[in-house]
Amino acid sequence: MPRLIKNGEVVTDERWQAPDAEAEQAAPGAIATLAQWQTLADKSGSAVQLEPGDGVEALLPHLNELALVAVNFPVFTDGRGFSYARELRQRGYTGELRAVGAFIRDQLHYLSRVGFDAFQMLDEAELENALASLGDFTEHYQAAIDQPLPLFRRRA
Amino acid sequence: MYVYDQYDQRIIDERVAQFRDQTQRYLAGKITDEQFLPLRLQNGLYIQRLAPMMRIAVPYGLLNSKQLRKLAYITRHYDKGYAHVSTRQNIQLNWPLLEEVPDILAELAEVQMHAVQTSGNCIRNTTTDQFAGVARDELEDPRPWCEIIRQWSTFHPEFAFLPRKFKIAVCATEEDRAAIHAHDIGVELVPNAAGEIGFKVLAGGGLGRTPVIGSVVSEWIEKKHLLTFLEAILRVYNQHGRRDNKFKARIKILVKAMGIEAFREAVAKEWALVKDGPSTLTDEEIARAKSFFTDPAYEPFDDAASSAALAEQAAADPIFGNWIKRNTVQHRVPGYQAVTISLKLTGHAPGDITDRQLELLADLADQFSFGEIRTTHQQNMVLADVRQQDLYALWQQLQAAGLATANIGYLTDIICCPGGDYCSLANAKSIPVAEAIQSRFDDLDYVYDLGPLELNISGCMNACGHHHIGHIGILGVDKKGEEFYQVSLGGSQAKDASLGKILGPSFKQEDMPEVMEKIINTYVDLRGEEETFLETYRRVGIDPFKERVYAKAD
Ligand code: HEM
Ligand code: SF4
Repeated sequence: MPRLIKNGEVVTDERWQAPDAEAEQAAPGAIATLAQWQTLADKSGSAVQLEPGDGVEALLPHLNELALVAVNFPVFTDGRGFSYARELRQRGYTGELRAVGAFIRDQLHYLSRVGFDAFQMLDEAELENALASLGDFTEHYQAAIDQPLPLFRRRA
Repeated sequence: MYVYDQYDQRIIDERVAQFRDQTQRYLAGKITDEQFLPLRLQNGLYIQRLAPMMRIAVPYGLLNSKQLRKLAYITRHYDKGYAHVSTRQNIQLNWPLLEEVPDILAELAEVQMHAVQTSGNCIRNTTTDQFAGVARDELEDPRPWCEIIRQWSTFHPEFAFLPRKFKIAVCATEEDRAAIHAHDIGVELVPNAAGEIGFKVLAGGGLGRTPVIGSVVSEWIEKKHLLTFLEAILRVYNQHGRRDNKFKARIKILVKAMGIEAFREAVAKEWALVKDGPSTLTDEEIARAKSFFTDPAYEPFDDAASSAALAEQAAADPIFGNWIKRNTVQHRVPGYQAVTISLKLTGHAPGDITDRQLELLADLADQFSFGEIRTTHQQNMVLADVRQQDLYALWQQLQAAGLATANIGYLTDIICCPGGDYCSLANAKSIPVAEAIQSRFDDLDYVYDLGPLELNISGCMNACGHHHIGHIGILGVDKKGEEFYQVSLGGSQAKDASLGKILGPSFKQEDMPEVMEKIINTYVDLRGEEETFLETYRRVGIDPFKERVYAKAD
């Protein structure tokens, strides 16, 4: 069972398993790939994982039904997932938004700003250390999901 | 000039702490080289041929004397006593130690400076006209807008891992002095049909291996929409820019591939999501940004009397008079002039400046220009607010320090990248070529007679020396392990931006001065009355130059 950071602490996820791209259908309890997810007749309570290049378009009509959107970072330098997350939040998704994959702890802060609330790192041993990086900055210039007002609307 | 408040300072201080921790973890082996790479790049640190190269941000080229003194101190204590002004108005150090970079950043933070996002695949320093705020032909001061963009782009969480680096430039004059057509995004202050000033926005310009002139994304947007519009462009780029091939990853390739129409539509769609949202600029914020760029305490002068007195001094000392003519420009305020300090003395790497010169310039800025100085993308510096009556005293001090070379805008005012002497990506050296050409054209009167001429040199196709947009461009190429140089003609970075055309087969280093001479002689023979090199080239085309340069000796 994967360990991950959620709500600022390290927890074990008892509910979801990683997607199996080989399978035709996602097994119960497994996160679906986008292709698998698109074949689901009933999407309520479903979980899907986006890969870079998938885009968020297909998810938009179902944002209220989804229980989990995972966004994979196969390499940490591919920043498409940052836009996916922010766009999903901007378009009203309120469920769990989980970053998974090879992202590094030094990205946690930005990831949390664009709307991720769960972080499943490839390197599980790093999780405890990584918590510290969530708070690298205590102030920000631009609006994001964690702070919807830009600094210029808040400057005292 | 913009002054940090407690928020700005806190953000920069937290960045220093973050990078200190990252560096310690790296040195302790807890971060891999691959993971550390973007972290150090986004703090300005390249690992280079001889040592790390560190790029310090100079937001839109503006510095105060305190910052100059700090830079002088840093070059002396952490480097070898000199720094380099880059073609994007930043300052580079060639010899810092990795272990000491966090300390350097802490020193910089003390004077409200940093190296944030000066390299890496993120939004880089926003650049502008070096004469911003004092130019006569300016619609409005572009610097408040640059500062607004700086704050928005600093640690933007969505756009820190873009397909490739991303550069924005802003200009506010008909004559574009910020090369906005060669930037990923170019922003120009323009009036609409009703006379209201807003922004024209270009995207997809860039140099590098595939030079492209930017396309218009919007002819005009209202000022308050600047940031949301930029976000929309970046969002499209971040999601759709190519990531499979680093040489095809710039936004220029995306814009070409999609076509400007489809690109505009994609931007419009993203814009609809954020337009009029919280990132829409408020009148208060615009006023706040502008409040940092108000006029200094200019004294009233009688224009005619002041100019006449200067003309008299210039006539009495022709060397001074010549410098005035070549290196100073009119100021919008009577009695003042803007002075360009040439960092292009023959025998010195173009754009290099020593710690002592930095300190001298700090003193001169305090004495003569309200304590401020600017860097230019032509790798020079500018004192923008000098009283005409002080020009002579200023010039004397500059002359004594080797900083009064009167060649601004002429052939020997060469833009040049560090090339093979410093850069591990180089195909060829560039500094010795610049020096050889400067030495060949050592007769200044002849150089003046040639009129405005921009010579740009890059040591490889990454084009740090902007060779594509020089009237004459020189590019270092590798020919079976030997250093060769390819020449192109007809580039321009101005309003009528164009990319140079390759002259023909490349040349050996030792032949370059000779080749330059043939090109120049061709121009001299063919030019019409008052015709500049670029005008002549555009009239006659490349063939006459080709024939002359490649003619077999009989
Ligand atoms: C010595 C270390 C340097 C390295 C390793 C380096 C590396 C690079 C690379 C790889 C590119 C190509 C980026 C691309 O096409 O996307 C580039 C572009 C550029 N570099 Fe450098 N550079 C160095 C120094 C400099 C210096 C000293 C300057 C200023 C004098 C400079 C100014 C630029 C500019 C303006 C571009 C952009 C050209 C464009 O718009 O595509 N670089 N650099
Ligand atoms: S143009 Fe090439 S050689 Fe010159 S600094 Fe850039 S990367 Fe290095």
